[in-house]
Amino acid sequence: MSARPAPLWLIAGVVPLVNVAVAFLAAGLVIALIGENPLEALQIMLRGALGSQYGLGYTLYYTTSFIFTGLAVAVAFHAGHFNIGGEGQALMGGLGAALVALSLPFLPWPILLPLCVLGAALAGAAWVLIPAYLQAYRGSHIVITTIMFNFLAATLLVYLLVGPMKMAGSMAPETARFVPGATLPLMNQMAAWFGLTLTRTPLNLSFVFAILAAIMVWVLIWRTRLGYAIRTVGANPDAAVYAGISPARITVIALLISGGLAGLMATNEILGVQGRLINEFTAGAGFVGIAVALMGRGHPFGIVLAALLFGVLYQGGAELAFDKPKITREMIIVIQGFVILFAGALEMMFADRIASLYQRFAGQPVSA
Amino acid sequence: MRLKTLALALAGVAMSAVAAIAQQAVTPAVVYDLGGKFDKSFNEAAFNGAERFKRESGIDYRDFEIQNDAQREQALRNFAQRGQNPIIAVGFSFRAALENVAKEFPNTRFAIIDSGVDLPNVQSIRFREHEGSYLVGVLAGLATKKNTVGFVGGMDIPLIRRFACGFVQGVKVAKPGVSVIQNMTGTTGAAFRDPVRGGELARGQISQGADVIYHASGATGIGVLQAAADGGALGIGVDSNQNGLHPGKVLTSMLKRVDNAVHTSFTTARAGTWKAGTSVLGLAEGGVDWADDSNNAPLITAEMRAAVTKASDDIKAGRVVVHDFMSNQACPVQ
Repeated sequence: MSARPAPLWLIAGVVPLVNVAVAFLAAGLVIALIGENPLEALQIMLRGALGSQYGLGYTLYYTTSFIFTGLAVAVAFHAGHFNIGGEGQALMGGLGAALVALSLPFLPWPILLPLCVLGAALAGAAWVLIPAYLQAYRGSHIVITTIMFNFLAATLLVYLLVGPMKMAGSMAPETARFVPGATLPLMNQMAAWFGLTLTRTPLNLSFVFAILAAIMVWVLIWRTRLGYAIRTVGANPDAAVYAGISPARITVIALLISGGLAGLMATNEILGVQGRLINEFTAGAGFVGIAVALMGRGHPFGIVLAALLFGVLYQGGAELAFDKPKITREMIIVIQGFVILFAGALEMMFADRIASLYQRFAGQPVSA
Repeated sequence: MRLKTLALALAGVAMSAVAAIAQQAVTPAVVYDLGGKFDKSFNEAAFNGAERFKRESGIDYRDFEIQNDAQREQALRNFAQRGQNPIIAVGFSFRAALENVAKEFPNTRFAIIDSGVDLPNVQSIRFREHEGSYLVGVLAGLATKKNTVGFVGGMDIPLIRRFACGFVQGVKVAKPGVSVIQNMTGTTGAAFRDPVRGGELARGQISQGADVIYHASGATGIGVLQAAADGGALGIGVDSNQNGLHPGKVLTSMLKRVDNAVHTSFTTARAGTWKAGTSVLGLAEGGVDWADDSNNAPLITAEMRAAVTKASDDIKAGRVVVHDFMSNQACPVQ
């Protein structure tokens, strides 16, 4: 009797659902402990995130950032590396976009806007170049170097925002506003071009970029020669050498793509919403990207779904904090933490059990 | 005679009825800055003002503590979207976000503390912190025995330099030879919520001889006052009355009546007399003051009380003008 391997729908569909359900159960327990009704809280969260144009707009706006950072982590993951520097690369992406927008304001928007987006991607990629080189050619562990580069990015940004790039007359650390030609249109503005009226939310054109990026990552990883090389290096760097692939070179290329994707996260927040560079604009999206990539199992489709889940958690969480004063901002972080814990860190906890259950009920009759 | 009383009573009833009708339905909201609602200082003052309004009027208000800079706009828009009105943004960092949201909701009344937004539906409330800081500076100058006092600021911005400059002027007037050690906690909003670093700075100043330390650093000041109390120095609180945090070890507090500003904005909105525009609240307007209660009574000598009262009267009457750092980005004394 040979055990049948569990099918894809079970591993990629049922297991994540069970994980999320357990996470909500644990979070519900905490909410019940502070004397609120967990079912009501869940209802507020879901309605706040998906129940209105306004909520949905915010949910997809958060989702956009998480898709970019999730894809960034996933591409590095396929090459066998753990890029946890998405936060810093995204910050630098914002800097790149701002530098282009502030130094070339005289350009017409059809040239300026693509340059700003390119600036974000290039700056994000540039920020991972040194860690990538050190990993590929000097063996310095990428986890250590990228996390240190997060601190460097944050410090550099603070230095620039309180010093050379600070807007004259402002006390907050922020640059001057970009010219309108350097900002992405909001979704409600674009809808207005087609005669539709949507509620104003921060959802902007970068959401479309994020979906395109997801498709392109899929093509890259599974349909191109480079993608094959990346996967080969990720699976077995020694075997890759025998296949004529240079693991060091592929490592650097994969990490540069990863950094570029993380940098693109800034198109959402900086070019799409703020229209100026502010401090700490990533708000943890770089780290959420790790959970998103793990939960989406490195597949762009899974990443979009996982990003949507985290978008719901972020937007729904904010609504919950608004509606239930007893549920403070710290409580929302606890709930999000449970989802990351069960869906990201402990994602395999139930996988084996579910697979063996499947084999007992579905596998046996076939082999018997 | 009896008729007249009756008529008066009736008139009184009628007038209060009119007043009740004139009162408008308000659904106020407050958005706190990064320091958090219970920072015992700046944000908590706003909270206290809102609570006072709630006690007096029986009208509940809503509030929100942001977690990061990116949330400012969402928080304001969320309240405006839900029909909250008026909405108060506590802190200068809300300026850009408030400008966007106030344009989007022209029929909602907004107010911002410590900054200015020039829109027809926004109230900009600023304080003359240098005047209040001058008063606590006078007290510090008279209280110091080692002729050295300290200042711990939060974020290094002109607004906080204004506290420092007013304080130094007060100290030098009270006792010209006193030296003032000044430190800033940081350069970002995080500098207003870093009590550990605040404590380190205060300990550093104590080791350099400071025996009175004034902080203008929001939640960071909890660490400053703790370190001062532990190290045998006197602390000076800011924004809220912090005398009670370490009774007998906090010389006084520079009261910045954010609570009154919030309370006034809410009550005038209710009375229908709310006005947009800029108001600057100094000593004469009751916007700033020094805290005088049973907790610090043993520390304030008759001589100190006389000096601070005189300084206060002089400023109110215009006989003394405290230099405002933000007027020329410079301080005449160090």
